[in-house]
Amino acid sequence: MADASSSSHGDLKLTRVTKSFGDFTAVDDLTLTIPEGSFFALLGPSGCGKTTTLRMIAGLEEPTAGSIHIGTTDITTKKPYQRPVNTVFQNYALFPHLSIFENVAFGLRRRGVKDVKEQVDKVLKLVELPHLSERKPTQLSGGQQQRIALARAIVNRPALLLLDEPLGALDLKLRRQMQIELKWIQTEVGLTFVHVTHDQEEAMTMADTIAVMNEGRIEQMGSPAELYESPRTAFVANFLGQSNLIRGEVSSSDADQSIVEVHGQKIAIVKARNRAAGKSILVGIRPEKIRISLPNDPCTGNVLTGGIVSDVSFVGVSTQYVVEMPWKQDLMVFEQNDGGTPTLRPGDPVSLSWNAPFTFGLDGSEDVNAGSEVDDPA
Amino acid sequence: MSTVPIPTLPVSKRISRWFGRNLIRIYAVLGFTYLFVPVFYTIAFSFNNAGKSNLVWKGFTLSNWANPCGAPDVCAALGNSLKIGVIATTAATILGTLIAFAIGRHRFRGRATTNLLIFLPMATPEVVLGSSLLAMFLAFRINPGVWPTVAAHVMFCISFVVVTVKARIASLDPRLEQAAMDLYANERETFRRVTLPLVMPGIAGAALLAFSLSFDDFIITNFNSGTMNTFPKFVYTSAARGIPAQANVIGSSMFLIALVIVAAGQLVNRKKAR
Ligand SMILES: Nc1ncnc2c1ncn2[C@@H]1O[C@H](COP(=O)(O)OP(=O)(O)OP(=O)(O)O)[C@@H](O)[C@H]1O
Ligand SMILES: [Mg+2]
Repeated sequence: MADASSSSHGDLKLTRVTKSFGDFTAVDDLTLTIPEGSFFALLGPSGCGKTTTLRMIAGLEEPTAGSIHIGTTDITTKKPYQRPVNTVFQNYALFPHLSIFENVAFGLRRRGVKDVKEQVDKVLKLVELPHLSERKPTQLSGGQQQRIALARAIVNRPALLLLDEPLGALDLKLRRQMQIELKWIQTEVGLTFVHVTHDQEEAMTMADTIAVMNEGRIEQMGSPAELYESPRTAFVANFLGQSNLIRGEVSSSDADQSIVEVHGQKIAIVKARNRAAGKSILVGIRPEKIRISLPNDPCTGNVLTGGIVSDVSFVGVSTQYVVEMPWKQDLMVFEQNDGGTPTLRPGDPVSLSWNAPFTFGLDGSEDVNAGSEVDDPA
Repeated sequence: MSTVPIPTLPVSKRISRWFGRNLIRIYAVLGFTYLFVPVFYTIAFSFNNAGKSNLVWKGFTLSNWANPCGAPDVCAALGNSLKIGVIATTAATILGTLIAFAIGRHRFRGRATTNLLIFLPMATPEVVLGSSLLAMFLAFRINPGVWPTVAAHVMFCISFVVVTVKARIASLDPRLEQAAMDLYANERETFRRVTLPLVMPGIAGAALLAFSLSFDDFIITNFNSGTMNTFPKFVYTSAARGIPAQANVIGSSMFLIALVIVAAGQLVNRKKAR
């Protein structure tokens, strides 16, 4: 019988893990380290292999190749019940024939723990549902079931807790509330959480580290700020928030910055933020970093001239502009409604400018639209 | 307030409205009457002071109920039917449940064929089945009697058990078993604590079905039971001479027992749901 509390603690390591179904590769050569005690988010569009990855970690699916370790213990071929890992399933999967108390006690009883009642009462208090212990799962609301599913898993104090879109079925308000509670519980009990979601906002607000997944591979991994400010691929740039990506050629470089020519205009980019291998480059800038101004106003930093406002939408805290550039590309600009700029109208000629260090560069071979047409069902 | 005269509908419209509103109730009453007249008839005539033939009402008596074994052989026949029913049900339920799990849960060679073969006894006419079984038993020099009858009943009950239990297994969410495994239950514990309790209502239903099929069976039994009497055989043979009122007593009791079982099941379910 597995003893979750004492065996194999440590970082979770996936080494070159591949999972194929027939000739379809769901997870492709995945290598990943999740530090002990962290809140890790696996983010990606539908069908990119998130659930498959979790199921391999939980032992419900065997990798076609590669290995999985917790600390120094190899768990690749261990049975699910031999792993110090618990899962909060996408649909909760509470046992319909058992009371809430027995649902939560299930793991403890299987492991032959002594003080079942105390531990269950304690965890039910933690999720604030001690009064429901005698009910059956079907008599609970969606949000309550979600919390019981969480309680049923964390009561075992696993080295690793896997959460597969546990908030997917909840409405927006309850979801925000549960996000805060989850984060709080994670800090409280100090377990490693691996949280799967395709909601980028959820990942950014909750996780210490995010891995963005696409077509069975990790596109990029890092802190939310790192991923947002320095995306390494067009997919990440577009999937996490919005980005303007403009094609250009590097025309000259000095020690720490390069000059890029985009459609006849010159833009500076810090060398450390340029991931282009050759001269061909995609210049990236986030919409909220851009300042919009009338053509004759003085501008500093990187400047693109010749834009025409084609759409204006007022969204309260900011105004969102779509500006058509001379080379027929639409750029997004988010302007804070702080009284700094007068509201412009469609048809107005404008210049766009931003501080040069905000510019990031991607390889010119990338698809400008990668990751942006992925719709978020949330 | 000014008084506006309330327009009254013509009588024909009002009648058709009333029908429109009460049609379902009328259907229900008719349907249930159709279903229950024979049952009430059976129960009523169990109180008939019948004498030899229980065809016309001759007055109320409790003596049939006081002495259900009064008619010659009726209780021996009933005892045989109950014994065969219990043995056949137990065997068919166990075997059928195992087959249902094999077909429902495992991919093996010949699975599709097995699936089809299971349906065959249900699709074959009972007369054909009964006579073929008799021919087979005789060919193996096995004389008709209790055990050939039990074997025959197990055979046709299994199909119904498999179909019933398989439907229940198919509706089971595989993630529940995965969740159990995730929560440190090994294969055996997962089966005992999660799979079996969830499939149990299906198994219980299958057992009830098997028992009533076995208890009720006349055609196959008639071929394979030899001189042994069963309750259906008793009723059939005495029909020529006049069925004794004791048969009605036993039939009514079966009906009442079934009613109690169903009601108890409902009660337990309702208590569980609370
Ligand atoms: N048992 C299976 N057999 C065949 N293909 C499968 C199987 N399980 C998953 N797949 C495929 O693998 C891919 C990844 O599936 P997975 O469930 O991991 O996606 P996901 O990232 O969790 O998506 P979602 O956000 O929609 O839950 C999908 O294309 C899916 O069709
Ligand atoms: Mg999924």
